Amino acid sequence: MSNERKFSPETEAQFQKLLTRYPTRLAALIPTLWLGQEEFGHLDRTALAYVAERLELPMSQVVNTCTFYTMFTPVARGKFHIELCTNVACWLRGCREIQQVVEDELGLKHKQTSADGMFTYEEVECLAACDKAPMCQVNGADTYNLTPESFRELIRGLKSKG
Amino acid sequence: MTKLLTKHIHESGCETLNFYVAHGGYSALKKAFKMKPEEVMEEVKKASLRGRGGAGFPAGIKWSFVPKDSDKPKYLVVNADESEPGTFKDRLILEKMAHYLLEGIIISSYAVGIHHCYIYVRGEFWEPVKALQKALEEAYSRGYFGKNILGSGFDLECTIHRGAGAYICGEETGLLESLEGKPGRPRNKPPFPALIGAFGCPTVVNNVETIAYVPSIIELGAEKYLQMGPHQNNGGVKMYCISGHVKKPGVYELPMNTTLRQLIYDHAGGILGDRELKMVIPGGSSTPILMPDQIDVMMDFDELKKLGTFLGSAGTMIVAEGTDIVELAAVIAKFYAHESCGQCTPCREGTDWIYQLVLKIHAGEGTKADIDRILDICNNMKGQTICVLSDALADPMKSIVTKFRHEFEARVVDAA
Ligand SMILES: Cc1cc2nc3c(=O)[nH]c(=O)nc-3n(C[C@H](O)[C@H](O)[C@H](O)COP(=O)(O)O)c2cc1C
Ligand code: FES
Repeated sequence: MSNERKFSPETEAQFQKLLTRYPTRLAALIPTLWLGQEEFGHLDRTALAYVAERLELPMSQVVNTCTFYTMFTPVARGKFHIELCTNVACWLRGCREIQQVVEDELGLKHKQTSADGMFTYEEVECLAACDKAPMCQVNGADTYNLTPESFRELIRGLKSKG
Repeated sequence: MTKLLTKHIHESGCETLNFYVAHGGYSALKKAFKMKPEEVMEEVKKASLRGRGGAGFPAGIKWSFVPKDSDKPKYLVVNADESEPGTFKDRLILEKMAHYLLEGIIISSYAVGIHHCYIYVRGEFWEPVKALQKALEEAYSRGYFGKNILGSGFDLECTIHRGAGAYICGEETGLLESLEGKPGRPRNKPPFPALIGAFGCPTVVNNVETIAYVPSIIELGAEKYLQMGPHQNNGGVKMYCISGHVKKPGVYELPMNTTLRQLIYDHAGGILGDRELKMVIPGGSSTPILMPDQIDVMMDFDELKKLGTFLGSAGTMIVAEGTDIVELAAVIAKFYAHESCGQCTPCREGTDWIYQLVLKIHAGEGTKADIDRILDICNNMKGQTICVLSDALADPMKSIVTKFRHEFEARVVDAA
């Protein structure tokens, strides 16, 4: 991977637009980190340095903000990022059984990525869809009313897509 | 009639601007523009519209704290962080009825003299934020945002700002820090955001649902809105979330004099598998629990307070007989231990100590002294911190351990 980081023209246009939406450059930091993560896949030192340079902010400030937020990742995630809610309502409706399916099918624990780079598994807190519990997100897409069977099928489907 | 926001949610296309306008949308805005800003504020005050994000503070009164003649810009910040466990009403508003929110934003901004609104949406809301973006683009394209809205001379910009995963950014000053590009660590209050909020300027922070009701209040008038759920200081209707062990979990828009029993049995279809009710978490996981003999309480801000708990964000979670309360306590404690921002010692340490102690008891390795230690830590976490995340674990944990002490005792090594 090259050390060079640069926004694509589309991302650059979004970046220029968001600079006009805030009274300070610092306020554009989190949106710019989002652009960076979407463009580069993850936010390593090089990516953070690029963001710092573009916003003319000290690197320390960029790192300080970035590391506070759990959705920004310093390392590459798998092709499929599975985030399973394990909070109260999902627990009441059987998320433990779903966790077991992850173990059985993928052998992954919280925050682990499979050796082939296909799956990253994360246990997360309430995603505000408790009426459709248990639920998960796969690459940001909400998947509701999971059963061990439906979830096993989902994972097997993703495996075959890889 | 008890439904205002959810009247059409099952109809296809209800999230579009065309549908919204065809069903009377944006007419409250036209009405508001014919009123003076003070009159709009007065109407919202009269409707005693109480904040739906958790604290129940009357919106109209909050707005009136913003200085009228400020030479700084003023901001409206809509709290769409929705991360209180058990709460999922704001998601529904963003996905299906974003125009209610957007119209509410324009009217509220007009009332307070605000020209820029930020909507802070939690980072995990990938699908809701897409729906919101689409609605905002539509609204801009038809002249509901931007300069000289509908020829009124009133200007308003609106920017969607995505968070990146942190419960604490739902707390209004943590949210403001995050909006400014910093870690979301809550600020000391005072000063309150109404005086010094976003970017050092006067700021109104309101929950999505609070703002989404503003058009209906202007449209109907405060009096009619209040009559929909006639109850002192708590009138009107609101959105109740119910989940856990019920047959029909979901969001129900109901008058504020609805009882918890009605919510569970009439609306949510009763307990799953017709089991017995074991306990209720009434307003999100930060609220102390209620026992089955307490469910005739009206689900409003004041009545629940009388029972030592809160309506909070109306995230009601139902727990049926047969549930392991010690494990439930661990699930709850883990959340707060994970989400504490860490700047106050009682919260940073206390939330984790409680989590570790509950895990120890759950594993069958705890002692009776550990149970008392949990209660002791709870007492020392209350009222000691910058924000109330600390209390938000201490209060419910204390209620769970006190009311189900026998279940904890049955697990300890020195059980009788
Ligand atoms: C730890 C914590 C988390 C909170 N999370 C949220 C939230 O996710 N959404 C929300 O609207 N309010 C949340 N609040 C309440 C806000 O601080 C604030 O009271 C609210 O946004 C004000 O709007 P309202 O008056 O319309 O309710 C939270 C408060 C605390 C202490
Ligand atoms: S507890 Fe899982 S979505 Fe709320």
